[in-house]
Amino acid sequence: MSGGTFVGMPSFPKAAHEAVHNQTLRGNLRHATHTIRAKRANAVAEVSDWAELREAGKQIKDHTLRHLDRYLVQLEESVTAAGGTVHWAADADEANRIVTYLVKATGESEVVKVKSMATQEIGLNEALEAEGINAYETDLAELIVQLGKDRPSHILVPAIHRNRGEIRDIFAREMSEWGRPAPEGLTDTPAELAEAARLHLREKFLRAKVGVSGANFMVAETGTLVVVESEGNGRMCLTLPETLISVVGIEKIVPTWQDLEVFLQTLPRSSTAERMNPYTSTWTGTTDEDGPQTFHLVLIDNGRTDTLADEVGRQALRCIRCSACLNVCPVYERAGGHAYGSVYPGPIGAILSPQLRGTQSEIDASLPYASSLCGACYDVCPVAIDIPEVLVHLRERVVEGGVVTRDGAKVVLKPAKGHAAERAAMRAARWAFGRPGALRTGQRFASRTRRFHPRTLPGPGKAWSETRALPTVPAEPFRDWWQRTHGGKDASK
Amino acid sequence: MSSRDLILARVRRALADVPRDDTPYDQAFERGYLREHGDRSVEQTVELLAENLADYRAQVHRSDADGLAATIAGLLAERGSTSVVVPTGLDPEWLAATAVTRVPDRLAGTPDELDRVDSVVTACAVAIAETGTIVLDGGPDQGRRRITLVPDHHICVVRVPAQVVSSVPQGLERLDPARPLTWISGPSATSDIELDRVEGVHGPRTLEVVLVSGE
Ligand code: SF4
Repeated sequence: MSGGTFVGMPSFPKAAHEAVHNQTLRGNLRHATHTIRAKRANAVAEVSDWAELREAGKQIKDHTLRHLDRYLVQLEESVTAAGGTVHWAADADEANRIVTYLVKATGESEVVKVKSMATQEIGLNEALEAEGINAYETDLAELIVQLGKDRPSHILVPAIHRNRGEIRDIFAREMSEWGRPAPEGLTDTPAELAEAARLHLREKFLRAKVGVSGANFMVAETGTLVVVESEGNGRMCLTLPETLISVVGIEKIVPTWQDLEVFLQTLPRSSTAERMNPYTSTWTGTTDEDGPQTFHLVLIDNGRTDTLADEVGRQALRCIRCSACLNVCPVYERAGGHAYGSVYPGPIGAILSPQLRGTQSEIDASLPYASSLCGACYDVCPVAIDIPEVLVHLRERVVEGGVVTRDGAKVVLKPAKGHAAERAAMRAARWAFGRPGALRTGQRFASRTRRFHPRTLPGPGKAWSETRALPTVPAEPFRDWWQRTHGGKDASK
Repeated sequence: MSSRDLILARVRRALADVPRDDTPYDQAFERGYLREHGDRSVEQTVELLAENLADYRAQVHRSDADGLAATIAGLLAERGSTSVVVPTGLDPEWLAATAVTRVPDRLAGTPDELDRVDSVVTACAVAIAETGTIVLDGGPDQGRRRITLVPDHHICVVRVPAQVVSSVPQGLERLDPARPLTWISGPSATSDIELDRVEGVHGPRTLEVVLVSGE
């Protein structure tokens, strides 16, 4: 029972080309991204200090990354003091080996999982399956993806590409394979589908002995892990089993308990557009008589330290996986998450995947081009990751090659093959790249001014705009900027 | 070299550009954001809590200390509950007016047993008005985390105004990170199917919050 893998994915342009001709996909995506986008704008407008929260989030994460060695050691000490065991995994294989070993040590052959991008990144389910261990995804959307032998396509709503009819068919066909079958005569109403999932999974929760999770945050000072969710499947996985194994990227640290006050305000509003998500769980090691009595934390590197070594690209590690950048991205809206060929789709995927995995493969080399550089992703990002800046930086790397860190060692990259067209484009753009300051100013100009566009209309338009999000003013496209600055020299239009 | 040392060495090498005397944590940034949003009286804060709880589809009830037992009994009866899980430290007075079967929260109890219980009644540690959130910290009047998870109906009693704070920052200040915490904002919900919100997937489908004054 494995989700498909991303191995052998075609490059972004090819995958995107196919995706834009899929009517269902485009319809679903458009509806979804526009709905979330509008709701998010309202949720953000509710807090008057959004800009300050965003700045604090950025600075806390930057500070943490700049002292990551110290905070990792502190985290290890506090988790251990609270009764947990910390393991370190340099890459995906090692992480999978550790988790497989830990599960086998319990004598169990199945685990329940709460949605975790880190475990998707390392292909944990497939690795466990190869060792005869069934890993059940318990988030409703992940269940849909898993039963459909499919891949997730959105960070927050992984089955966004499926409509209710397809979900009904998947449940009716597949549930009996893995446990309690779907009820007779299942219809495609969301309530009935959710009920079918509840019954199917409850049986697994109640007998599960091992739970596997990721974490949204880890607090170095206290050793506390935080999981943010809606359905309660997280709470099930975190509290019913006897053993809990959390697999978390080393960048997910915040220094202190107090720092959570920033992210617990910005994450829900940015992701589900809620004041607060229905459930947040925090745990610190183990607690006598409440929840798992054995707790393992597996800290994974898997390309993160290489990303950290890049002074421009480093900021991608601030990401709190809210998915706001996906929902505003005009490219994502049309291409869908699968086209990115990685568990991290959308704008963040376009900068994170090529850094975690390197730009050698065709898909990774094409990802920095999966953007119009409109800057909308930077505007919504609650930790102010300058995605366009990193995209441009990575394009330069793909085209020009240069010194990068891979597996902890400095290597010199040759220019990527098969990018003749892009190389030509880059030559044309050499003026801009020769003047990174000018380029940045161009992008900044667009996003800076957009911040001053009103969220509501004044005067008689106020009532109207109170219940509607104003159409977002598009950021200045790269081409317009080109016209305005350089091209403007000789072009009259 | 162990992977631990390997990763730490890679981190240090990656951060070669960071000056050794880089600004320490407490001077690294300003917390320029607000401790709470808006200027409200105590009553208004409680009112906001009630509004935001209801907005997230929790059912909100009000009571005073004297009426609490009757309120809880009424809610259990309305629901048709025949059994209720009770944390060990719950004030026995709260259930004095109902005759439904009490199931104690005990370590030996299995998840299957919990699955057969209709309702659970707990207190809380703190409630956050701006977000409509109640937080449980596993205290004796709240019980183990699983008892508020498996039964389909949760009645949570919030003492107002004593347990109510305005904001997330104020909430965190009151909480002890060493305890396992569960933050609850409305009942369990999913929007995974075409973004239609459906209440109740795995957690309780019904959350009733009783705001009790004069405790
Ligand atoms: S890059 Fe920013 S907006 Fe995108 S998922 Fe990460 S935190 Fe959210």
